[in-house]
Amino acid sequence: MGQTLIDKLWAEHAVADLGDGATLLYIDRIFLHERTGSVALKGLEAAGHAVRHPEQVFCTMDHIVDTTPGRTDDTRMPGGREFITSTRASAIAAGIHLFDLGDDRQGIVHVVSPEQGIALPGVTLVCPDSHTCTIGGLGALAWGIGSTEGEHALATKTLAVRKPRNMRIRFEGQLQPGVYAKDLVLHLISRYGASGGTGYAIEFAGPVIRALPIEARLTLCNMAVEFGAWTGIVAPDETTFDYVRGRPFAPGPEIWDQAIAHWRTLGSDADAVFDREIEIDCTTLGPHITWGTSPQHGGSLGDAVPDPAAEPDLNRRQSMQRALEYMGLTPGTRLEGLPISAAFIGSCTNSRLSDLREAARLLRGHKVADGVKAICVPGSSQVKKAAEAEGIDKVFRDAGFEWRESGCSMCFYAGGESFGLEERVVSSTNRNFENRQGPRTRTHLASPATVVASAIAGGLADARKLQGS
Amino acid sequence: MEKFTCLTAIAAPLLRINIDTDAIIPSREMKRVSKVGLSEGLFAGWRYQSPGSRAENPDFILNREPYRRAQILLSGLNFGCGSSREHAVWALHEWGIRAIIAPSFGSIFQGNCVRNGIVPVILDNAIVETLAQKIEADPEHFRLTVDLRNCTVATPDGQSWTFSIPDADREMLLEGLDSIAVTLKRDAEILAFAERDRIRRPWIYLPERG
Repeated sequence: MGQTLIDKLWAEHAVADLGDGATLLYIDRIFLHERTGSVALKGLEAAGHAVRHPEQVFCTMDHIVDTTPGRTDDTRMPGGREFITSTRASAIAAGIHLFDLGDDRQGIVHVVSPEQGIALPGVTLVCPDSHTCTIGGLGALAWGIGSTEGEHALATKTLAVRKPRNMRIRFEGQLQPGVYAKDLVLHLISRYGASGGTGYAIEFAGPVIRALPIEARLTLCNMAVEFGAWTGIVAPDETTFDYVRGRPFAPGPEIWDQAIAHWRTLGSDADAVFDREIEIDCTTLGPHITWGTSPQHGGSLGDAVPDPAAEPDLNRRQSMQRALEYMGLTPGTRLEGLPISAAFIGSCTNSRLSDLREAARLLRGHKVADGVKAICVPGSSQVKKAAEAEGIDKVFRDAGFEWRESGCSMCFYAGGESFGLEERVVSSTNRNFENRQGPRTRTHLASPATVVASAIAGGLADARKLQGS
Repeated sequence: MEKFTCLTAIAAPLLRINIDTDAIIPSREMKRVSKVGLSEGLFAGWRYQSPGSRAENPDFILNREPYRRAQILLSGLNFGCGSSREHAVWALHEWGIRAIIAPSFGSIFQGNCVRNGIVPVILDNAIVETLAQKIEADPEHFRLTVDLRNCTVATPDGQSWTFSIPDADREMLLEGLDSIAVTLKRDAEILAFAERDRIRRPWIYLPERG
C-alpha cells in the first residue's frame, strides 16, 4: 500500500518508535516569539538545560510589540516591555537567531519563516504558536505546540508525538475571480465545523490547490487549526521550489540539486489510503464571511444571518444563539450592507505582499467610508519594505488607512489597543472569538478583498461589485 | 510534575462547545513572563462583570457554591481550541482544576494538560450531558471520581465509564515524569539519527554560530 505525504515525512523524521502509535520525531527547525517563547527559554534555563543546536532555532518579536510608527520596547500592552527584554536577553544568552525590533527580518513568525527560507519543503518545524500549521503551505510538517513542549524540542531536538490520522481534502473545479484561499477555508470550516479536522493531519489537494500561489497556500493552511486539525499541508511542487530558491536560509547552489531531488519525492503515492477524504467543488463558491464567535459560524457573504431555531443539534443551536447575542445580530438580517466601524488587514493569515497588492488594487481611487477606522499592518518588515517600493503604502494612506510597522497587532487584544465595546470589525485575521479583538468587539472574518470593499462601503460588501475595480 | 492517580471531587459543568483558550485566559490577563499568578485571569471575560474589573459575575458557574471548590470541569466538544497558550492550562491548574471531561479537546491544549498534571478525559457527549444533569441536581454530593489507574469515571450512584488515553500520556501523569529526562535516555539514538540524516539532508544542518 502506498504512503501519504504525511506518512513519508513521519518516517523520515522518526528517531524511535515509542509504542502505542507514538513516535519520537526529529525537529529540524524551531521558531519562538516573545509571547510564548520567552517563558520556554526561561523554563529551560531554570531546569539547567541548554538549547541543542541553537543555529537551527529562530526567534522574532511579533505578538507584543507595538505596530505604531516609531515604536520602542515600551508597549501599549501593559507589561509588554518585560516580554520583549526578557526574550531578547534569553535569545542572546542561548545563541539562537534573533530577529529583533529594528532588524529588517523582523515580522510575524509565520510570515518570516517562509520569507527567510527557514521553512522548507519536508522540514519538521515547530513553534509555541497554534498557527504554525501555516507553514504546511510549503510542504513542511509544521505544527503548533505548548511552551513546555517547546522546552522539550529546544533541549532534545525532538518531540514525542502520536501520529494523527490522514485526511485529504480535494478542492475540485476552479476558483472564480474575486474568490480567494481565505474563502475556501472559511467555507470548509463553516461546512464541517471547528472540530471537523480533530485528530487529523490534512493534505489539501486537487486542481484548485495546484493553481494557488504559495502565499495563498499559506493562508489556507494557516486556518487548519481553526478546523481542529493537528496540521495542514500541501505537497510541494514547482511553484514551491521557485518560491524557495535563493532565500537567505534556503539550500545554496552547491546543494540545491540534491535538495530539489529529495523534495520531488514528497507527495502522496497514487495508491495511498486516507482515513477520510472530502471533496469540495469550488466552481460556485463566492466570498465567505463569519457572522458569529467561532470560525464555524460562517457562510456566503450573500447569505442572511441563519436562524438557530433551524439547527437540529442542541449544542450547536445554543452556541449560535449565544453568538448572535454577542454579535448583536438577529436571524434573517442580510450580511451584505451590515454597517461596520472598523476594518483590519493583517495577521499571519493575510498580511503578505500578495494580500496587500490585491487589497491596494481594489482600493486605488477609493476612500474609506466616514466613521470607519481602517488599519493595514504588513506581516513583516520585508513585506512592508517591498510594498512601499511599489507604492502600496501610498494607496492605503490616500484611501484613509493607517499604515503600520509589522507585527500581530490587533489580531488579538492584549490590554493595549482595541476596536472598542460592541464595535463591528471586518478583519482579515483568523479568530472571531468573544473578546478576541477587544472587550465585546464584534469580529467578522473575511479575505482582504472583502475587508477593503467593506471599508469603502462602510458596511460588509462584496469586492466583486466594487466600481472601477 | 505533580502526579495524578485518582481524584474524587466536585465537578462543574460548563457545557458549551468550542470553548477557546482566549476564553479560558484572555491575552490581556497574561501580564508577566511567568507560569504562575494566572488563576485570577481564568475565564476573566465570563467570571467578572466587566472587562478589567474583578467584581464577580454571580451567574458564572465557578463563582457559585459549591462549584468554587470544583476540581473537575465538564465541557462540550472541542474544549481548549484556538491559541496554543499554555497559560490556559497553568491558569486552570492554579485555580484547582485537575481533570477535564469533554467529548473532544483542542489538540495543543490536550498535550499541554498532560504536561501539567491535568487529565483530559474524553467521554461521549451524551454521557457528559447525563453527568451534568445529575451534578446540577446535587453538586455537593454528586462528586465524580476520575481514576487514572483504571481509566474510569465513576459516580456516587454506582455507574462507571471507561475512557481511553494514550499510554505515554497516562504514564506521564501517573508518574509525574519529566519528559525531557525521559527523552534524553535515548540521546544516543537521537545523535545517531542526526549523523545519518546529515548525509541524506545536508541542507537542514545550518552552520554553527560563532
